Amino acid sequence: MLQDILVTGLVNGGVYALLAIGFSLIFGVARIVNIAHTAFYMLAAYCFYTLLTKGGIGFTLAGVIAVVSVVALSLLCYRLVIEPVREHESAVLISTIALGLIFQELMLVSYGGHFLGVPSTIDGVVRIAGVSIPYQRLLILVVAGFMLAATWFFLYHTRTGLAIRATANDLEVANLMGMNVHRVAMVTVGFSVGLAAIAGVVATPVTSVHPHMWLDPLVIMLAIVVLGGLGSLKGSVIGALIIAYVEAITVFTLPAGAHLKGVAALGIMVAVLLARPEGLFGVAFEEER
Amino acid sequence: MQRFILGIALALAAPLALAQTIKIAILGPMSFVQGEHHWNGAEMARDEINKAGGVNVGGKRMQIELVRADTNEIQSVPDATNAVERVITRDKVDFLVGGFRSEAVLAMQEVAMDNKKLFLGVGAAHSKLGLNVEQNYDRYKYWFRVSPTKDVDLARTLFAVLGSIGQQIRTDLKTDTPKVAILAEKAVWTEGLVAAAQKNLPALKMEVVGLWQPSAVATDVTAELSAIDRAGAHIVFTMLSGPVGISVGRQMGERGMKAVAWGINVEGQKEEFWQAAAGKAQFVSTLDTYSEVEYTPKTIPFVRAYQARFKKAPTYTAATYDAIMLLKDAIEKVGSTNADRIVAYIEKVEHVGTGSVATFDKRHDLVWAVGKTSGIAVQWQDGKKVPFWPPNVKGMQPFKMPAR
Repeated sequence: MLQDILVTGLVNGGVYALLAIGFSLIFGVARIVNIAHTAFYMLAAYCFYTLLTKGGIGFTLAGVIAVVSVVALSLLCYRLVIEPVREHESAVLISTIALGLIFQELMLVSYGGHFLGVPSTIDGVVRIAGVSIPYQRLLILVVAGFMLAATWFFLYHTRTGLAIRATANDLEVANLMGMNVHRVAMVTVGFSVGLAAIAGVVATPVTSVHPHMWLDPLVIMLAIVVLGGLGSLKGSVIGALIIAYVEAITVFTLPAGAHLKGVAALGIMVAVLLARPEGLFGVAFEEER
Repeated sequence: MQRFILGIALALAAPLALAQTIKIAILGPMSFVQGEHHWNGAEMARDEINKAGGVNVGGKRMQIELVRADTNEIQSVPDATNAVERVITRDKVDFLVGGFRSEAVLAMQEVAMDNKKLFLGVGAAHSKLGLNVEQNYDRYKYWFRVSPTKDVDLARTLFAVLGSIGQQIRTDLKTDTPKVAILAEKAVWTEGLVAAAQKNLPALKMEVVGLWQPSAVATDVTAELSAIDRAGAHIVFTMLSGPVGISVGRQMGERGMKAVAWGINVEGQKEEFWQAAAGKAQFVSTLDTYSEVEYTPKTIPFVRAYQARFKKAPTYTAATYDAIMLLKDAIEKVGSTNADRIVAYIEKVEHVGTGSVATFDKRHDLVWAVGKTSGIAVQWQDGKKVPFWPPNVKGMQPFKMPAR
């Protein structure tokens, strides 16, 4: 059973991390609680599905078009919906909830409530320590690892990354130093939604595409970033692994309580927050924020 | 003066014109597959009846008029009751047909009974719907469950088929006691079934290796399936109504599991299941209602006509067709649209429909009988739903298991 837990937790943790790091980035930098983050993940999944099954184009091209289209849409949404109310956190929260619901209803009207499937990018399974793992899940793990490395490189080895970190550190000082903070925020939104869209493209083959598919990962993603510490990428990755392992342990040790795996994961989050309100790797909130 | 006379004539004629139709509300989640098939089945019945001249109501021919009521019940029970209120008060419908989600249908039943509207249920299985009739007949007598059978009777069918599959496993795998993993979503409707399975399977000489209860909307059941694999199960006994059914079918296939899935998998009943599971759901089997088999003399013609018209096979909610045909038969026999008289007639009738040969008990539930109301069992084989049970029905094919 131990090897089952180890392998299952690692693979599922990869999927969760892919979603959580984008959300964490946009919060850490732009201080935007983007509830519609997983709705963009859903839109990418629909776009990928449509291009692949209706458009008849290959996986790679469909994936690239889906990601680029969703990023473009997110930038448009940022300019039209989020930026005008950005100074008001509650307004941003409500606006992004509304965006998510609008996207959900649009998909419901366009595609109906059907559950749609996308074929695996890579078929087959591999046995690791006696546990069967589909190649598609390993691909997700590899993509998650790669994107995490790319995010780290982008933030710490590029001028734009330096600007993003400076803005995250102190928005007003960065502004006074001549940085275009609005442009930095837009780049951050585009990058983080890009991560969600990539998650949508690579994770779609292991799940179903439907209008409500953004809600479940939303709860898990919020739990992960709160557990790991809002704005901390390292915290998001470790939080994702913790949540995934708690879920795996719950299912393997308490089969009849498999439906409780989400509750168990959220329980761990609450316990950590009681001991450390800023999360595992979060920075305590500063007064001016 | 001429205009005045014409106005009076029109005013007098208007109610007569309105009275030329029998208005039936079709209640269902219209954005979802269940509602889509509710509506399709009803349209087929309406067109067939109207084309043949309508319903003979005491010597007067009346056309069927359908009112499409989107209950949105999968997402919201209040939306469902609002829809029923609307069709009764605004659209002035005469009868109600449909419903899917038990929680919503229980609430819709109350609204219908408040208004003494005949409500022919097509979709919900919860026993309470029929129990209401038994406990308070005067209030709930306007409810009949046309499809499916109540949950307890669904269990009877499940165990009958499970026994048959178990026997095949004994023969093929040379094992005396097949191992069964129960995989039931955590929901009210599965509680009785799970308890019955845990109690009855040892009596069927089967070993229960465990009970796994994911959420009905779980999109990832890899951990559950890993555990089931490790437990060495031969059969995964499913009780799934939500999208988790797709995840189970797909991920069992992806993992190349040797166990075979049997039970209730509502998503697995749909034509779209194979595509939704990305073609991985080989050998997944489920209880179902329609296939091209001679379940009743009307089944094959109905299924073929449905496929020709809608380019897909009907699911069990398409039994709105049977409900409307039953209604037509009742109205013509009693010569009236009076709900009380129709109730009295339906209580005594045996109606040969497309999905069942229906007679009703004191709860206004279908009387369960293999080959009459039990439904059929189907298995996904190479992208097609293949019927395999009950064996005495003409058109059944062999049940298959994954190669070991």
